[in-house]
Amino acid sequence: MARVVIDPVTRIEGHLRIETEVNGGRVTDAWSSGTMFRGIELILRGRDPREAWIWAQRICGVCTTVHALASVRAVENALGIEVPANAQLVRNIIAGSQNVQDHVVHFYHLHALDWVDVTLALKADPAKTSQLAQSISEWPKSSTTYFKGVQDRVKALVASRQLSLFSSGDWGHPAYQLPPEANLLAVAHYIEALDMQRDFIRIHAVLGGKNPHLQSYLVGGMTTAIDGNEPEAVINPERITLFNELAARAKDFVQQVYIPDVLAVASFYKEWFGYGEGLGNFMAYGDLPSGSINQPAGFFFPRGVILNRDLSTVHPLDPGKISEYVTHSWYEYSVGDGASRKPAEGETNPKYSGPKPPYEYLDTNAKYSWLKAPRYDDKPMEVGPLARTLIAYASGDEQVKKTVDGVLAHFNAPPTALFSTLGRIAARAIEADLVVQKLPDWIAQLDDNMAHGDVRIHNGDKWDPESWPKSCAGFGLEEAPRGSLGHWVEIENKKIANYQAIVPSTWNAGPRDAHGQRGAYEAALINTPIADPERPLEVLRTVHSFDPCLACAVHVVDAQGRPYGREVVATPEPETAAVGLGGY
Amino acid sequence: MARQETVLNDCMRRGVSRRRFMEFCGTMAATLALPEAYTQTIAAALGQKRKPTLVWLEFQDCAGNSESMLRSTHPTVEEVVLETLSWEYHETIMAGYGKHAEAALQRVVKEEKGKYLVVVEGSIPLAEEGIYCTIGGRSAIEIAREVCRNAAATIAIGSCAWDGGLPSAGINPTGAVGVQEAVPGLKLVNLPGCPHNATNTAAVLVHYLTFGELPAMDGDNRPLFAYGQLIHDQCERRAHYDAGRFVQTWGDEGHRKGYCLFKMGCKGPEATYNCPTVRWNGGTSWPVKSGHGCIGCASSRFWDTKSPFYERLPHPAGFGVDVTAGEIGWTVVAGVAAATAAHAVGHVVRDHFSPKNGDSTAHEEEAVTAASAEVK
Repeated sequence: MARVVIDPVTRIEGHLRIETEVNGGRVTDAWSSGTMFRGIELILRGRDPREAWIWAQRICGVCTTVHALASVRAVENALGIEVPANAQLVRNIIAGSQNVQDHVVHFYHLHALDWVDVTLALKADPAKTSQLAQSISEWPKSSTTYFKGVQDRVKALVASRQLSLFSSGDWGHPAYQLPPEANLLAVAHYIEALDMQRDFIRIHAVLGGKNPHLQSYLVGGMTTAIDGNEPEAVINPERITLFNELAARAKDFVQQVYIPDVLAVASFYKEWFGYGEGLGNFMAYGDLPSGSINQPAGFFFPRGVILNRDLSTVHPLDPGKISEYVTHSWYEYSVGDGASRKPAEGETNPKYSGPKPPYEYLDTNAKYSWLKAPRYDDKPMEVGPLARTLIAYASGDEQVKKTVDGVLAHFNAPPTALFSTLGRIAARAIEADLVVQKLPDWIAQLDDNMAHGDVRIHNGDKWDPESWPKSCAGFGLEEAPRGSLGHWVEIENKKIANYQAIVPSTWNAGPRDAHGQRGAYEAALINTPIADPERPLEVLRTVHSFDPCLACAVHVVDAQGRPYGREVVATPEPETAAVGLGGY
Repeated sequence: MARQETVLNDCMRRGVSRRRFMEFCGTMAATLALPEAYTQTIAAALGQKRKPTLVWLEFQDCAGNSESMLRSTHPTVEEVVLETLSWEYHETIMAGYGKHAEAALQRVVKEEKGKYLVVVEGSIPLAEEGIYCTIGGRSAIEIAREVCRNAAATIAIGSCAWDGGLPSAGINPTGAVGVQEAVPGLKLVNLPGCPHNATNTAAVLVHYLTFGELPAMDGDNRPLFAYGQLIHDQCERRAHYDAGRFVQTWGDEGHRKGYCLFKMGCKGPEATYNCPTVRWNGGTSWPVKSGHGCIGCASSRFWDTKSPFYERLPHPAGFGVDVTAGEIGWTVVAGVAAATAAHAVGHVVRDHFSPKNGDSTAHEEEAVTAASAEVK
C-alpha cells in the first residue's frame, strides 16, 4: 500500500492537493484538499452592495465574470429588481461566450497534456497527420506542409533543450496511447486554440472593457449603452457585426476542431468511459434565461437533480435543501462540527488544525481542507457540464438528446458511459457546441431590439440606496462553466451585512462530511489504475476532467474576522482620498 | 551544457519570420516609449542571447494575471513563453505536476541562482506562520523567500502581489501582504492593475533583457512608462469632461453618446495607468470605453482607497467640477514626480543607452554586454 500525493495539482486554477491510497495498481481511497484561503466574503461586509460584484468577481480570474453575474443577481433579488431585456441578453452573450472559451481552454491548455505526449509528435509522419486531420474534419489547416511546420517547431524546442512549460511533463509515460500522428495533430491545435481564445474573447472586451475581470455590470442592468444611431454607444450596428463575426469563427472552431479532436482522442482511450464514475448524483441550478431570471422554465440550461444514476427522473431543485459541513474542513461551527448549516445562516470560523508547514502528509482522518463540504438534501452532488448535459438529456431536451445520442453512437456506448472521466470531457464539448449555436440568437435579438429603438439597458428604479428597505436578503444562482454557483447576500442599512458563496468546485472538490460521504473528486478517483506511483498521471486525468477551480472554492469567512498585521484601513472620507495619493 | 541558442535563430527555426520578430521588437519599443531606433537595439539584444529562464509563482491569487497573459496579443503568449524566455514553472499552464513540478522549480533556484527572473502573482499571507497558503506542503512565504532572493530580479504582477490587493483589504483576515513587504530588499518591479496588462509586463521583460536594467520607476517601483500618466489625461472622453458633458444616469442619452463618467464615480482623475492607450485584448477596449468608470485598479491599496466606486470624486467647496479634477490630478502627478527624483533609475538607463548617430553598433554591443552579464 502506498500513499501517493499530488501537490500542486497543476493546470488548474488555484491550489489543490490530492492524497491517494494505491493498492495493487489501483486507487483505493482519495482525499481532496484546498490549501489556500483568502476570506473575500468577510472583506465584503460593510460595503455598498452595488459594488459587491466588482469584489466578488475577483474570487476567480479563470471563471472571470461568473461571480460578478451571480453577485448582481443576488442584490437584484434582494431589492426586487428586474433588469431590461437588453441587459439580460448582454449577460447571456457574456456568460455564453465565457462558457465556450473556458471549455476550449480547458480541453487544450489544461487537460490535453494528460492524454497527449508532446515528444511523440516528433515521430509523426506529417503526410499521415494530414490524412488523419482530413478524415475527421473539414478544418482548412490540414496540409502536410502545415503539420511539417508544426513538427519543426516542436523539434526546435526539443533541440534547444529549453522546453519551457513542457520541461517537466511525464513524456514517455506508459499511459499515453495516442499514435504519433494524433499527438502532432493535438499539438497543432493546442497552438491554434491559443489564437482562438484570444480572438473570441474580444467579445468580452467590447461588452466589458477587458477580459479577465470585466467592468460593465450594474445592479439593475449593464453599462453597455445601446443605440443604433450613436457611433459612441457601446452597442451599435458596427459592434453587432463584430459579435457575429467572432461568434461565427468560434462556432467553426468548436465544430471543426474541438469536437472532432475530443472524439478522436477519446477513441484511443475508450477504457476511460469505465473510470472516474464518481457519485452518480447530479445537480444544476439552470441558467441562460430567455426572459426573466425568475422564470426557470425558460432557461437554456434546465434546472434539476438526478439521483443514483437514474436518468428516468429529474427531481425539482429546492435551494432550501442546500447545506454545508465542516467536519473535515479547517473551520468550526458554534453548533458543533457534526452538524450542517444552510448558506443563509452563513457561519464559518476558520480554525486551522493541519500540520505546520513544511509537511509531508495531511491527517486525513481529521480536518484536511480549506473547502467546506456542501450537500443537497444531505447528499454529495456533482455539478458542471456533465450534470447539466444529463439533466437536459433526462428532461427530454430534443437538441441535447440528438447531440448526446450522436456522440454515444460514435462510440457504440450506452448513456451510462457518460458517468465517467471521458463522459465529463464529452459533455463539456457537447455543451460548447450547443452554446456556440445559441449565441447568434441572442445577438440577433439584441440587434432587433436596437433596430426597434429599444435603448433600455439599466433599470434605475432602485439605484438610489434611499429607495431600499432597511433590511433585505436575496440570492443569485447561476451556471458557471464549472457548474452551479450561488451567492447569498444580506443588506442592512444600505450596506452588506453578510455575504456567502457556494461555488462549483466546492461541490466537486470538497472533503468528506459528518457521515464520511466522499466529495465528487474523492469518489471519482476510486479504482483509477496507476501504472507508476511515482508518476500518477491517471489521477490527474480524472481530477482534470472536473476542471478544478480552487480559488473559487475557498473563500468562505466567519462572523468575527480577526484583523492581522496591519491596522484596519477605514474607508476614507472623500477629501482624504485625494490627499492620500500624495504619498505615491 | 546546452547549446547557446539565440532567440532570433530560435524564432526563425520555428517559423517566425524576421519581419514578425522585428514587429514584436517595435511593439515593445513603442510600449516602453522608446524612440524607434531602439527597435534595432532590442532586436540585437534578443538576437544574441540564450533564452533566460523565468519562473512564475502563484500564491493568494485568482489566476487573473495568468489569464491576462494568455490573452496577450502583442506579443502573444507563445512569443513570450516559448520564444523569448524559457518558462520553467507556472502552475496554471505547465505540463509537470506534483513533486516533478517542485523539482523543476528547485533545479532553477539551485542551478541558475542569480540568473533567472521570477514573476509573483497573488498576495502572501503572513498570519499564523503561513498556513493560509501552502504549495507542496510548504508555505507561500517560505517559497517566496527562497525563490525571490535567489533570482536576478522579481516582477510582482497584479495588485495583490504589489500591496496585498484584495485579500489585504479591510480587516485583512489572513495577514496578506505584497512581495515587497513579505521579502524586503529584492531587486523588484511592481506591475499593479487588476489584472496586470500583459503588454506592459512583456515590455518590462524585454527592457530587462535588452538593457540589463529594470525600466525607470516611481517611488513604488512601478515603471513610469506605464504608471506615469493620469488616466484622465489620456481618456477618449476627456473632451466631454472639458465641455461639461456628463453621464447623469445609466443608459441616458449622454451615456449612449459616450459622455464623461465623472459623475458616475469614475476614478480616472486621480488614477495613473496607461490603460486607455495600451488597452486590452488586442487593443479592443478598456473599462471606460465599455461605459463604466475607472476603479483605479493600479493605484495604491485601491480596494480601500478608491471604494465606494460609485461615489463621485470629492471637490473642495467653492470650486467647480473642472477645477476639482485638475487639482486632484496635480496631487497625483506631483507625488509621482517627487518619488521619481528620489529614485532616478530611469535617467541612468536612458542616458547610458541613448542611441547616438553613427554610434549604433558600439551602443548595441554595450547594451548586449550589460544585459548578458545579468542574464547569461
